Amino acid sequence: MTATDTETEVRELPMGRAVQEAVAQLMRDDDRVFVAGEDVGGYGGVFRTFAGLLDEFGPMRVVDTPISEQAIVGLGTGAAVQGLRPIVDVMFMDFMAVAMDQIINQAAKLKFMFGGTATVPLTITTWAGAGLGAAAQHSQSLEAFLCHVPGLKVMAPTTPYDMKGLLIAAVRDPNPTVVIGQKRMLGVTGPVPEEMYEIPIGVAEVKREGSDVTVVGIGRMVAEAMRAAEELAGEGIECEVIDPRTLQPFDTGTVVESVRRTYHAVVAHEAVRFGGIGAEIAAQIQEEAFDHLDAPVGRIGAPFAPVPFSPVLEKLYVPNASTIADGVRAALGRAAPGS
Amino acid sequence: MPEPTSEVLLDLHHRMVRIRRFEEACGKLMEAGKLPGFLHLYVGEEAVAAGVCVNLTDADQVSSTHRGHGHLIAKGGDFRKAFAELFGKATGYCRGKGGSMHICDLELGMLGANGIVGGGVPIAVGAAFADKYTGSDRVSVSFFGDGATNIGAFHEAINMAAALQLPAVFVCENNGYGEFTPRERTQAVADIADRAIGYGMPGAVIDGMDAVAVWEAAHEAVAHARAGNGPSFLEAKTYRYYDHQGIKGLGVSYRDDAEVLEWKQRDAIEKLEAQLREAGVLDDAGIRAVHDRIQAEIEEAIAFAEESPEPDASDLLTDIYTDRA
Repeated sequence: MTATDTETEVRELPMGRAVQEAVAQLMRDDDRVFVAGEDVGGYGGVFRTFAGLLDEFGPMRVVDTPISEQAIVGLGTGAAVQGLRPIVDVMFMDFMAVAMDQIINQAAKLKFMFGGTATVPLTITTWAGAGLGAAAQHSQSLEAFLCHVPGLKVMAPTTPYDMKGLLIAAVRDPNPTVVIGQKRMLGVTGPVPEEMYEIPIGVAEVKREGSDVTVVGIGRMVAEAMRAAEELAGEGIECEVIDPRTLQPFDTGTVVESVRRTYHAVVAHEAVRFGGIGAEIAAQIQEEAFDHLDAPVGRIGAPFAPVPFSPVLEKLYVPNASTIADGVRAALGRAAPGS
Repeated sequence: MPEPTSEVLLDLHHRMVRIRRFEEACGKLMEAGKLPGFLHLYVGEEAVAAGVCVNLTDADQVSSTHRGHGHLIAKGGDFRKAFAELFGKATGYCRGKGGSMHICDLELGMLGANGIVGGGVPIAVGAAFADKYTGSDRVSVSFFGDGATNIGAFHEAINMAAALQLPAVFVCENNGYGEFTPRERTQAVADIADRAIGYGMPGAVIDGMDAVAVWEAAHEAVAHARAGNGPSFLEAKTYRYYDHQGIKGLGVSYRDDAEVLEWKQRDAIEKLEAQLREAGVLDDAGIRAVHDRIQAEIEEAIAFAEESPEPDASDLLTDIYTDRA
């Protein structure tokens, strides 16, 4: 290790702390930034992602709200139109359904409906994903709903580094933006620079290079795809794993460029397969790279059922490295080892 | 109670006649097949928007409803841009992209008509939050109908405004009908203002057909909010002369003719004009001159709108996202 490397060595932070640090730095950097939501103040957020902010910034900038998702998003929208930079928290992604009018009919559309005269620099943070025994109303991955709405931007960071950089980019972006974290990854640690930095919106990251198949993972499925790639490498299959990081706008270019080299693609997400974002990605791949495909684009997702409570059923429900590996083998027409 | 000066009376009258003339012209244009889409006319309810907005500055904000032209005009809206928007023209308030149900003028603090019943109330509360946050003395007024007081967003937003003690005024335009259904069939509460106590804020019932009464009540409520004393609630009992949509709607009868006539006999503009005459502020000729002047502006604005260009095909994909500076 060189001296320079030592100096720039970055700390490891858990995902939740990366959120807290990003928000605190944003608030120090810009007086227009405030946080509002259920339990964000006194309690520091149900996932502790806003811990300590009330003490530093006071109740006008760290606002404990009633349990009123529509009014929380509306508060952010109205304040954003007036020039502030609100971060509003809808703790579980499932609860966004309660606020859908304010998200879809109001925040997303004001600029267009008003002929461009309104700007809505609103950031909504929320946490998605199953695997915690939280059952059907606290476990969903509903990103496809949001990506379908013109006017919204949607991000799904999967590392603490990306979380901090994308959250900063989201708050500085002058559009209504939803940042979707993964509940099961709150404790996942990774290197996070102390200074403020941004991850560009709409730019995917190739997490692993490979020549045989392109695997696009969404959210926690990026990590599962990386495990699958490790396993498949032992079988002589080289996966190129791509994390889009931003779902709307979607970096089709990076995905298509990869598929043109690998001739195979598999898309994996935790959301229900039918109508999931994977369907859109698969469609874009076949539109842009049809002649390069040696097989149909594989789609890995949850079955068409609500998230079950029983840990046994939930384990069957949520895709993982093994189901992704199976999907890759199927796309390549390869049998599983030992079968 | 504050006494309205003759200046206030003239201002009320001017705003109300502007709304009435605008809306009557819209109705005629719609019946002539010249306006695309839906049209929810404010005729009959003018005293509410005018009575409140005379108390506001351009910097104060209002959120509006699907029946929103009255609020725009009461806030000082421009006839040309308004008609052009209703025609869907490129010169309209929203460049033809919003139409009647999304008409807005952010420079006048008019945060948009809204196609979702109750949908504007949380946004007005957000604007009020921004006012408090920035330490300004601005006030945010939310207009909504009796029907909106049954929707969740309304309850959530008004409760939040009270909990956070925001500079907001909630103005319920109770016209007795949620679309085509009488209010009594959808609410058990006699006066909607009774609900104010449940949110921990002052509430009052006012005669929405009496511009001076609305002005007086709004004067207090706005001053209360501006002074940092938190939100309050006004229920203005009023009536729309025309159908929920357009002039005659689908022609289905759901109101007694006698009922409509009874309300029209209490017309707020005629009442105010009687007060103007009595106070010696305006005589018949003076009143006629106000109407004539505004009517001439209306006709000029309609001509402007009709002659204006349609949006360009390229406009379809603009104004969706804001580029970062």
